[in-house]
Amino acid sequence: MSEPLLRVVDLQTWFQVSGMTAKAVSGVSLEVRAGEVLGIVGESGSGKSVTALSFIRLIPDPPGRIVAGEVWFKGRDLLKLPWDEVRKVRGREIGMIFQEPMTSLNPVFTIGMQVMEPLLFHYDLSRDEAWERAVQALDGVGIPDARARMGDYPHQFSGGMRQRVMIAMAMICDPAILIADEPTTALDVTIQAQVMELMLDLHRRRDGAAVVLITHDLAVIAETCSRVLVMYGGKVQEEAEVVELFERPLHPYTKGLMDSIPHVQDKGKRLATIRGNVPSIFDLPEGCKFCTRCPVVEPRCWTEEPPLREVAPGHRVRCHLVPGTPA
Amino acid sequence: MSGNATGTGPLLEVEGLHVHFPVHGGILRHVVGWVKAVDGVSFAVRPGETLGLVGESGSGKTTVGRAIINLLRPTVPGVRLSGAIRFASEGGVVDVNGLDRAAMHPVRAEISMVFQDPYSSLNPRMTVEQIVGGPLRIHARLTKAEIRERVLALLDRVGLQPQYASRYPHEFSGGQRQRIGIARALATRPKLVVADEPVSALDVSVRSQVINLMQELQEEFGLTYLFVAHDLSVVHHISDRIAVMYLGSLCEIGTAAQVYGDPVHPYAKALLSAVPQPDPHRRRSDRIRLQGDIPTPLRKPSGCGFRTRCPLAKPSCAEKVPELRDVGGGRLVACPEV
Repeated sequence: MSEPLLRVVDLQTWFQVSGMTAKAVSGVSLEVRAGEVLGIVGESGSGKSVTALSFIRLIPDPPGRIVAGEVWFKGRDLLKLPWDEVRKVRGREIGMIFQEPMTSLNPVFTIGMQVMEPLLFHYDLSRDEAWERAVQALDGVGIPDARARMGDYPHQFSGGMRQRVMIAMAMICDPAILIADEPTTALDVTIQAQVMELMLDLHRRRDGAAVVLITHDLAVIAETCSRVLVMYGGKVQEEAEVVELFERPLHPYTKGLMDSIPHVQDKGKRLATIRGNVPSIFDLPEGCKFCTRCPVVEPRCWTEEPPLREVAPGHRVRCHLVPGTPA
Repeated sequence: MSGNATGTGPLLEVEGLHVHFPVHGGILRHVVGWVKAVDGVSFAVRPGETLGLVGESGSGKTTVGRAIINLLRPTVPGVRLSGAIRFASEGGVVDVNGLDRAAMHPVRAEISMVFQDPYSSLNPRMTVEQIVGGPLRIHARLTKAEIRERVLALLDRVGLQPQYASRYPHEFSGGQRQRIGIARALATRPKLVVADEPVSALDVSVRSQVINLMQELQEEFGLTYLFVAHDLSVVHHISDRIAVMYLGSLCEIGTAAQVYGDPVHPYAKALLSAVPQPDPHRRRSDRIRLQGDIPTPLRKPSGCGFRTRCPLAKPSCAEKVPELRDVGGGRLVACPEV
């Protein structure tokens, strides 16, 4: 297998809030491979967003701090680079799309200014050249009458159109990796489908580029991703190819998530549930992070955290009760 | 629409409901226009059933729910409401829309609401006992001890421990808060519960717990639900019938199997085809792509509201607002082209 685009080793990102430490990400290792759409799925507090934000050091410090780990990208550890070197990577080689297009666009600058900005920052382009490139980018993401809309402000665009603008901005420097953090969660379902298709379409047209899609929605994962990481309690609990994960989920948490999705044929029946509540990140158990809610928990799960083990090619699970070799 | 399979009338009958919100502008803040949030909606809810009301943002689904519990006039100055909202209360059928504050008072005990956001819908300065007991203090002639007893029984029923009664909302997780909201909604033993996106803010692993709880309570207390939501797989799971709204009007209403499994109205079709499926083998290639965005209800297209994005639109669609008609099997569709 060829060298991954991005390799994360034992990432730890902690937050200090009123004297307490929240280990939002506690020891995540992963790879982002060329050409793939990698899904990171998890619930609130699982650490999925903080993991991705840590790649490009977008963690507000204080309260957050990346306390350990390595993020290897093109032969360099991004966590050890000087600040202005990180800024050259961010936006140019690793692009980002956030959940809320209204708060991630600046309301007092025109759309044109904002789409041009990464070009002017990263390349030695004249304003006229950057302007033309921005028009093309907006046109490419399906903004009708792009040239005329360059002078408009974010509030003059609908939610779906703003997310298209965000995509245009994130892709304008042709990044090797696009991180999309819940890109369609704030959008209506018909608009969500349009935006998702646009993102995947742009991805397919760019050879070797990768998308990291962060979401809480397993259905979105099923429709878009090639490989999936399931996170819970700041750790990767399971990792597999998408078909493998949906056909053969092994971690009790992944199984619980899959079972709690309503299926058409189960109408009228009670849904399967995961008991209890998502634990606070200030108060995670010492052993397996899922032990407080796990239906098959054993005494050792409370004290001893299981390692993430490979049980089949490309399928890794963090659970004491899953046998080490496939049956 | 009157009568149903059981021979009794509907519990709730909405007829020709219009809700128009004023838009203020200029220095003097006078009314410069009207947002037609709900524009002629009629449907009936039978006793004991769950009617799912779905639609995207701006469709008016939440406004319909708020009109039914008569929450609009006190909260939105200058709102224009017309049409009938007939509710079969203990004291006979009343038109909620025509009731003043005093006349609405006894009806409020029979219609309650569960809100979307479990964080903002509970008063942070009140204990759980005060929150859940609130409706009882207003509506029931009970002593303090009796109220406490009822509150503890309600908490037990929604799966919360009795010692939680003296705690405050911030001490609970989202799922627990939604249980508190449900306990409050059930305190006065209502007949109809309007649930506005009750599980949208919850994590997947907690969402199914709350859905199951709502179904158990429905069977136990014979509740009728109007379940307003945008998540179609959840709506299909919990609803007997589904009504689809677009831009203030109903497009289609029928059984859950009819609307979810085989929608007829072009908007309902597009909406259902856009729902992502949790199955990597069934990646959709047949998705219906709607062009453009939902128009603002401030400038609603003439005639059929959906015609600007509809693949079947004809010039005649601009002339007349399509009416709901029976297309067989009890299913009603507002489109002359199907």
